[in-house]
Amino acid sequence: MALMELRNVCTYYGNIQALRNISLSIEEGEIVTLIGANGAGKTTTLMSICGITSIRSGEILLDGVDISNQSPHKIVAMGLSQVPEGRRIFPQLTVAENLDMGAFLRDNKVLIKADLEEVFEIFPRLAERRNQPGGTLSGGEQQMLAISRALMARPRILLLDEPSLGLAPLIVHNIFEIIKRINEERKTTIFLVEQNANMALKIANKGYVLQNGSIKMADSAENLLANAEVRKAYLGL
Amino acid sequence: MTTKKIGSELVSALVTTLWFVVLLFPFLVMKVNVTSGKAIVIFRWSALPMLAVTTFVLSFAWSRALEWNDHRGDKTPVRTPLTAVREFIHRALAQKSIRRTALAALMTVVVAYPFVLGMYHTNIMITALIYVILALGLNIVVGLGGLLNLGYAAFFAVGAYTYGLLWRYAGPAFVAAGINTGWLFWIALPTAGILATLFGILLSLPVLRLRGDYLAIITLAFGEIVRMVLQNSGDVTGGATGISLIPRPWFFNLRLPPSQAATYIYYIVLVLVIMTIFVVRRIEDSRVGRALEAMREDEIACEAMGIDLVRNKLSTFALGAFWAGIAGVILAAQTTYINPDSFTLWESIMVLMAIVIGGTGSIPGAIGGAMLLKLLPEYFRPLAQYRMLIYGIAMIIIIIFKPDGLFPRNRKKYTFVEKSPSDAGSGAVQ
Repeated sequence: MALMELRNVCTYYGNIQALRNISLSIEEGEIVTLIGANGAGKTTTLMSICGITSIRSGEILLDGVDISNQSPHKIVAMGLSQVPEGRRIFPQLTVAENLDMGAFLRDNKVLIKADLEEVFEIFPRLAERRNQPGGTLSGGEQQMLAISRALMARPRILLLDEPSLGLAPLIVHNIFEIIKRINEERKTTIFLVEQNANMALKIANKGYVLQNGSIKMADSAENLLANAEVRKAYLGL
Repeated sequence: MTTKKIGSELVSALVTTLWFVVLLFPFLVMKVNVTSGKAIVIFRWSALPMLAVTTFVLSFAWSRALEWNDHRGDKTPVRTPLTAVREFIHRALAQKSIRRTALAALMTVVVAYPFVLGMYHTNIMITALIYVILALGLNIVVGLGGLLNLGYAAFFAVGAYTYGLLWRYAGPAFVAAGINTGWLFWIALPTAGILATLFGILLSLPVLRLRGDYLAIITLAFGEIVRMVLQNSGDVTGGATGISLIPRPWFFNLRLPPSQAATYIYYIVLVLVIMTIFVVRRIEDSRVGRALEAMREDEIACEAMGIDLVRNKLSTFALGAFWAGIAGVILAAQTTYINPDSFTLWESIMVLMAIVIGGTGSIPGAIGGAMLLKLLPEYFRPLAQYRMLIYGIAMIIIIIFKPDGLFPRNRKKYTFVEKSPSDAGSGAVQ
């Protein structure tokens, strides 16, 4: 059984339909990517999964349990955690406090501290800046903080919304390597929403192409990378 | 470069002056005399140069001040005697023994206050301390939670009217049964806290999805509704005439004369202020407090972290309202008379202003701001008619030149202590 599955999900903003019958499935331990152009509905898909935007029809299953239109905090408690688009760290809270907010629903202090140390091991930069307000970090560091903060919830599935947004190519490269490392070392399932199709497909197992609110293509990442249409439209080759 | 800049500033000051002269001409220069039966316009030309010079000087000084403000961070700060004094105090307070002595000295002054200064000053101080409680309570909502609440006086009213109504309806029974009416105060205090909390929850339910301007408008409306209801349900609340002869708290079975009652209330409110400070500090340092701050910074990120926004907002409003309720009871006990006019929008704005002037989110700020706003007008009575003008100017100056307030917040940070120094470093990512 898939860890997470979307079945015919439709989301509206007022009268405007943003998602049209989205269906996709994510197996445990995979990296799955959702690529698409601006306004295709990528972020809406993530927000619908997290319960922040409510869906009008369809089902979202986590481990076979329907989580659609549950309140967001209940969904996080079920093991789903999100790195929102544009990082959205808490600028006035320190790095350590930001991370502590990530572990908001957990209360075992010993485990939280162990995770904090683990996160600092993945991102030594954050360890150096732990008592600095989040807003004083650079864009790349903020992205690292956003990812770490989501990891502090010990999610079974991590949702990332455009981690490459507004970052220099070298840093994007780093971030993607770390995403891959998190998947391999912590066995965290990853659902990656990206505009940078090239980078995303290179680390993913499976990919979906979203266009105008509906899934246009679904295939293994390798096949999509080789697909002439995808190459032309999303990879600029 | 700089001369050019100053030149352009002078020109704009001149334009401002011209504009002001035209604008204020009818008010300051023309005077209509109607005593003789028909209107005679008298031109007081001597006022004109005074108006022009004043406007010009103020306008130029203001643009210079703004310029200075923009660039004061550029160069390394100049050491003035004041910085030396400040550093000395900081260093001294860093030592535990000195800090303890200072606190003890402060406590002595505070405790001796009513005996040294007498009833008049004690009553003024009680009013100021009531505002301190209000400011600390509103600070939870506005400073930590970032929810702009313009109807805070409503909760203050709920508190005061809890005591007032309790007196009005249960008082006669107490008197008939021979129980001393001083107990009513102690019954009202927790009841008012609980009732105000309930009202806080009641208000927060419809505004859960609102932020910023919309929230401000709804809370403003709520404040006015509560006041209007109190004013128009005369049969129950006494309407615009209010409730009078509310008893002051008794000292156990002893009915105190007014001067001693003031001292007694002073100590009660003092204890409550200390309790409020203690509770607010505990909240700030807790995870719940940080969740409130996180909510102020980014609601969507909060949701993504699994923070329950609904519960967060409910508890913010409830906590803030609780303290306003408590403060209301003390107000009723101190003045022995309440009516709806004590709980207008203006009261809410005063408390909000105290927070902004003191420093949003800062405990010393809320205390200092409330004290300033309540004590200064009392001791500068001759200037009372310019009060609004002075408040307005003070607000503008503080917002521009000291946006963190007079007593800015020094955030106590949650720090992470590492296991061993060797943990950090090695294999930097970037």
